[in-house]
Parts: sequence; structure tokens; C-alpha cells
Amino acid sequence: MNSTITSTQIIQASLRKRYAKERRFRFFGLLSILISFAFLIVLLFTIISKGLPAFQQTYIKLDVTIDETILGVTKDSEHNALYSASYNKVIKQTLTTMFPDASGRKQKRALKNLVSSSAAYDLRDAVVADPSLLGTTQSFWFLAKDDVDVFMKGKIDRSLPETERRIKDYQLSWIDALLAEDRLEKRFNTVLFTAGDSREPEQAGMKGAIMGSLYTMIITLLISFPIAVASAAYLEEFAPQNNRWVDIIEININNLAAVPSIVFGLLGLAVYINFFGVPRSTPLLGGLVLALMTLPTIIIASRAAIKAVPPSIKEAAVGLGASPVQTLFHHTLPLAMPGILTGTIIGMAQALGETAPLLMIGMVAFVAEVPQGFLDPATVMPVQVYLWSDSPERAFTERTSAAIMILLAFLVVMNLLAIMLRKKFERRW
Amino acid sequence: MPLNTILLTLFALLIFSYFIGRKRSLTLSGTGKGTTNLHSLPSYYGYMVAIWVGVPALIILTLWSAFNGSVVSSLTIAGLPDSIQIQSQDALSLMMNEIQNIAASGNIDAEPNPVKRDAARHYLQLQGISTLAKTVIVFAIALLGLAWGIRKIKPDVQARNTVERVIRFTMILCASIAVLTTAGIVMSVLFESLRFFGDVPPSEFLFGTHWSPQTAIREDQIGGSGSFGAIPLFVGTLLISFLALLIAVPLGLMSAIYLSEYAGSRFRAVAKPTLEILAGIPTVVYGFFAAITVAPFLRDLGESFGLSVASESALAAGLVMGIMIIPFISSLSDDVLSAVPKAMRDASFGMGATRSETIRQVIIPAALPGIVGGILLAASRAIGETMIVVMAAGLSANLTINPLEAVTTVTVQIVTLLTGDQEFDSPKTLAAFALALGLFVITLLLNVVALHIIRKYREQYE
Repeated sequence: MNSTITSTQIIQASLRKRYAKERRFRFFGLLSILISFAFLIVLLFTIISKGLPAFQQTYIKLDVTIDETILGVTKDSEHNALYSASYNKVIKQTLTTMFPDASGRKQKRALKNLVSSSAAYDLRDAVVADPSLLGTTQSFWFLAKDDVDVFMKGKIDRSLPETERRIKDYQLSWIDALLAEDRLEKRFNTVLFTAGDSREPEQAGMKGAIMGSLYTMIITLLISFPIAVASAAYLEEFAPQNNRWVDIIEININNLAAVPSIVFGLLGLAVYINFFGVPRSTPLLGGLVLALMTLPTIIIASRAAIKAVPPSIKEAAVGLGASPVQTLFHHTLPLAMPGILTGTIIGMAQALGETAPLLMIGMVAFVAEVPQGFLDPATVMPVQVYLWSDSPERAFTERTSAAIMILLAFLVVMNLLAIMLRKKFERRW
Repeated sequence: MPLNTILLTLFALLIFSYFIGRKRSLTLSGTGKGTTNLHSLPSYYGYMVAIWVGVPALIILTLWSAFNGSVVSSLTIAGLPDSIQIQSQDALSLMMNEIQNIAASGNIDAEPNPVKRDAARHYLQLQGISTLAKTVIVFAIALLGLAWGIRKIKPDVQARNTVERVIRFTMILCASIAVLTTAGIVMSVLFESLRFFGDVPPSEFLFGTHWSPQTAIREDQIGGSGSFGAIPLFVGTLLISFLALLIAVPLGLMSAIYLSEYAGSRFRAVAKPTLEILAGIPTVVYGFFAAITVAPFLRDLGESFGLSVASESALAAGLVMGIMIIPFISSLSDDVLSAVPKAMRDASFGMGATRSETIRQVIIPAALPGIVGGILLAASRAIGETMIVVMAAGLSANLTINPLEAVTTVTVQIVTLLTGDQEFDSPKTLAAFALALGLFVITLLLNVVALHIIRKYREQYE
């Protein structure tokens, strides 16, 4: 009697401890998932809260008297003369008449820096389009300089002592005066989507990078997709068993998937640029490098998709007299296509976010123009993020976050497309 | 003709030849008898002709384009006066660059140096001849192929078999590109590294503890001799990767255990893809996050404890890299855990073990090789990661294992050495290739070992 009680008691006493341990273990499991989620949320929250203001941009309304004597042109002047006249001076004149209290070189320069340097070009384009504006006074909305923009978004604390502020007291008084007259306005930032890169934060846009990414991705897709599908089909359907060359190919594909991406950049530098003479910094070169990087991803996904096609379908085709190649092209590949496309989109999303190899092949150069083709110098979205994050101007920090948001938006769309494809066309045999 | 036009014309010719071939086979089969006396379907005869037109022409075109530049350059150099020819190889290639720039500028007469002016003209002339010859030869071969292909069409020719042989051969070529890529990586990295080791002894590179890759621009420069001891870089890389694994392994493994052993199917369906999002975020975003948010946060946190944390501390980079590789560890471990046979679990439960006891004493020991393999794969990923460390880790080589200090890594140095001014022959740029060789070898070894372990483990339970 005594002994049975003790063993039950021992077990019961230990049971409580064991259950507590069980609960603790389970809790740690849940906790680590939640911690990972928390990281994700903090990351996204930081980016979005920093980047959202960049989708708005401050504009300044100026009543510009387009003085013919300052410009030195008349309505009848030739196009070239109109084009090359000094519109800067007109804008400077407008600002000094608005704020005559600016004295000294420093203040005068600060005054001119209320509006972005693009103001003169805007004015020039308006006058060239309609020379009858000469001699009249017109209201224009110009891009404000980045400092004004940062201030308008509440990122500069007025209560700080003047020496610690980017914006000095006299600049503040001008901004206040402009605000009182409703001459400052925040609008949706179209520049971000319509302009190329610029050294001036307020004029810098993503269009160059987006087009660069587009051209690069086209090359990547055109090269990697056919090669990857052909390799996958060969390895799954035609490769002889226990063939040494086939084994080498398989091992290579697995290893390539894990080679650090930067090494592909060195390959591009040594082989494509120095050996084949592909022009540096171009989407063609970037696409070639990224294609090699994406190959293993697409091959592995395509092999899985081809393997999933039931043998009965292939056997039926062969039974009706189709050759192996006909079976592949008429039956296996079309049935495996949704899986192949899903893998391709995921591979392309990876390539779209890749930065390191492109740094090696000169795609970090500052390119202000929007690329027009595969052989124009270009940069891509993630590299643009890297370039902007390196810039010291305060306004570039929020532009960087905005660029990341745009990049992530593209990635989300691509992944959603992949998920939809899988959901819609997935077949279970 | 420019390359684009040649390609487009060739493409049009291909389509045309397909239809010609098809038509020809139909004619040969005789209208009344249908296609029964042809060996293959008519379209295969079309494809056959198109292959005869396209393949030889494209091969010639590719070869010509690949070697055009170097041949024209050497011909131009051969045309230069002898006084220039005796110059060193570097001076000649510099000269060639100038000549190309002058020729590309379109305004040769603006060049004051008559030698260069003539050379630029000569260069342009050679280019013109080359392009013309290329166009003529490529189209001649294409048309010859067309004639040959049409002549070959006979009812008993096995067109399908020919076409399918070509398709199979193309597929083998495509599959071999993976091998070519690996070979290309090894060759490019190895050759440049050998050149580097010609300047800097391998013992200094492998065992030196001082890294400052400056090289003298002038002969008499003071302090211009660089030192290339890579130990601090590899220590820095290992430090950051170790910190990353310290974060990712417990979190990833516990997440995987919870997902595969405890979570209901609905929670799993949501949580698994959400974790995978972490793997889909571009590394440049993590780098920005590390540099802008995490590093200042850690510095302020350290200050409040009275610790001095560098603003580019290894900890910040390691922490963020750890977040990035959580999903690698969790999804690999998840696969491995679910591969453990159910019988082992049931036996453990039957003996009265709780779930956590089963997991810790039965499942994890059984799955350990697979988990270790997964961790090794994650480690190789961490070692090769570039953007996070480029943006958040330091630049100066600092031999320390204190995570609060700034260290630099192999990948950071490769990027800094190669994104600046590019002079391909200095030990400074060649050092980047030596570093890449080290990186490639280390990650390759880790991968081979990891894949081997995982495969062995799979076989054990299959």
C-alpha cells in the first residue's frame, strides 16, 4: 500500500512541474513567433512612418513679374534667345521685392533658396510656350527648396536655439509671411514619380530607377526563363540516370543557389565587362548578371512543377504515338506552366530587390536622365534606395523611405500575382 | 547594318523560311494524297528549314560580335606609328581608349593630335568594314542555309527526328549553363586572385592582421604601401554572422517547433507566410533599417547604461541580419521536424511523455542533423550578405570581438574596393577578387557540408 501511494505521489508531484514546463515551452514557441512578427511590424512601421510625408511636397506661390529688361528678350525674340535667357534673375528679383529686408550675401542666398532651382526652368518653359507672358505678372506655383519642405512637415523644431537649427530666424520670418498669405501649400508629390534622380532632394524622383528596373527585368526574364525551363525539362524528362555530367549539373545548380550575390557581380565585372565588353552601368549588363542569379530559383521551381505532372498523362500521350519531345511541349509543359510561372515571378521578385551585384558593375553611378533603352546608363530601384540613403540631406531620408515603399509595393504586387496564379491554376491530381 | 536590324531581319527570314519549308513539303507530298506519304508533319519540315537558316547564322553573328572589339582594337594599334607601338601595354590600352572616345564623339577634326586623329579615322574605317562584312557574311550563310534546307526536303526525310535532336541538344546546352556559370565564377575570381598573389604573398593575406589597402599612386609616396592582412575582415564577418545566428537560431527554431507541433492549421496558415515575408524583403531595406533605426537606438540604449556603443556597431548589423535569416532557419527546421516519422512521436506519447518532452528528447535529437544543416545554410547566407553590412557596419578594419565596436566585413571591403575609381591592375582592386575567392570557398564548403548532412538525414527516414 505504502509503496503504490508513493509512486503515484511522486508522479503527481512531478506532473505539476512537467505540465508547467510544458506550458513554458509552448509559451516560448509562441513568443518567438510573436517576436519575429514584432520585428516585421516595427520594420514596416518605421519605413512607412518615415516615408509617408515624402508623398507630399511643398510648393510656393510667387507672383512673378516677367520683366523683359531683366531677361533681355522681347516677344519677338527667337526661340533660342527665349530659351537661354536668365530666368533665375527674374525669380531673384521677385523674391527681393517680396522681402526687401534681406541684407548681406548670406541672407540673399538664403532668400533665393526658398524656391528650388527648378523654378527658373518652370518659368522658362512657361515663357517659351507662350511668349505673350513677357511683361506681365503671373502667379506660379514653384517647388520649394528641401529645407522649407522639411520645415513645413514639422521636422524642424522652432524652439531650438537658432544655432542648432537648419533654418535661421530670418528664414522663419519669411516662411511665416508666406504662410500668412497662403503662399505655401503641400500637394501630392508628382515629382517623385515623374522625375529622374537629382542632387536636389526636392527635384529627385524615382522614374529613372523604375524604368531602369523595368529594362533590367525584361532582360533578366528573356534570358533566364527559356534557359531555366529548358534545363528543368531536360533534367526531369530526358536526363539519363547515373550520368556523371547530369550529376555535375545538378550539384552546380544547388550550389549556385547559395553563392553570395556579390560574387555574381564580380563575375559580371570580370567576364561581361572586361572580357566581352558589355557596356558598364547598362540595364543589359544588369539583366545579364541577374539572369544568372535567378536561374537556379526558376530551375528548382520548374523542376518541382514538371515533376508534379502525373505520369499517366505522359504515358497516355506516348501511347497515342507522341514522341517524347511532343509529349513535353504538348502536355507536360502546358500543365506545369502555372507552377513554372509562379516560380518565375518569385525569382523575378528576388532579382528586383537585389542590390549587391549591381554595385559591382557600375549601376551605382549618378544618372539624372531617365533611361530610354537597354544600353543607356541606368540605375535600379534598390540601388536608388542605397544611393539616397547615403546622401546627407535630411530630405533624402524620407525620400529613401518612400523609395522603399514603392519598391515594396512592386514586390507585393508580384508576390500577390504569384499567389493568385497558384490558387487559380493549381491542380491536384 | 546595326545589330538590332540584323537580328530583326534574320527573325523575319526565319518565319519566312518556316512557311517556305512547310509549303514545299506539302507540294512534294502531292495534293491528292494528303500528308500520308510524308515522314513527319509538314510543320516539322518548316522548322527544319528554319533551323538551317537560323542556327549557323546566329553562331557566326555571336562569335563575330564577341570578338569584334578586340580584333578591331588590335588592328588599330597595329596601324599606329612604330614610336607608339613600343610603349607598354598599359599605355597602349589607354591610347586605345582615347581613340575610341574620339571616334565615338563624332567630331574627329576637333582632336589636336594628328596621330590620334588618324588612328580614330582608321578605327572608324575598320569598324565600318567589320560591320559590313558581318552583315554580308551572316546573310549569305542564312541564305545558303535556306537553299540547303529546301533542297533537303524529301518525303522520306525524318524531319521530326532532326528537329527533336536539335531541341534536345539545345536543352542540354541550357542545362549546362549552370556549370558554365560556376566555371566562370571560379575562373574570373581565381585568375585575378593569382595576379593579386603575385604582388602580395598569400601568407600575408591569410595571416596578416593589418588591413589598409592603399597603394602608392607615385613611386615616392610616403605611407603608400598597402597592407593586405585579411584576418580582421574574416573575424569581423564571423562576428557579425555569429551575432545574427545567436538571434536567428533560437527564434527560428522555436517558431518552427511551435508551428509544426503546437499551432492549429489556421494559425499555421497565417503565420507561416507572414514569417516568409521577412525573407522576401530586399536586403537594402534591412540595411536602411539597421543604419537609420537600429544603430541609433542601440547607441542611445548603450549610453543610458553607460556603455559606449559605436554608431556602426557589429551588434546593429548582426541583429538586423538575424531578423533577416529567421525565416530560413524556421522553414528549413519546419521541413526537417515534419519529416520525423509519426511512429517515433506516438511511441514517446505512449510512454507518457508530454509534448515538450517528446520534442526535446525524441524529435530534436532525431532531427538534429537536418537542423544543423539548416543552420549551416543560414550561416553561409549570413557570411555572404552584403547590403546590410555595407550600410550598417564600419569601413575600417578593426581586429576585435567586441560586438559594441565597429568592424568591417569581407563583403564591405569588396564593395568599397570596387566601387571607387577603377584601375584594374592595382593590388587594391585585385584584392577584392582575392577576398571574393575566400568568400566563395567558405560559402561553398558550408553549402556542400550542409546539403550532404541534410541528404544523409533524409535517407535515414525514407
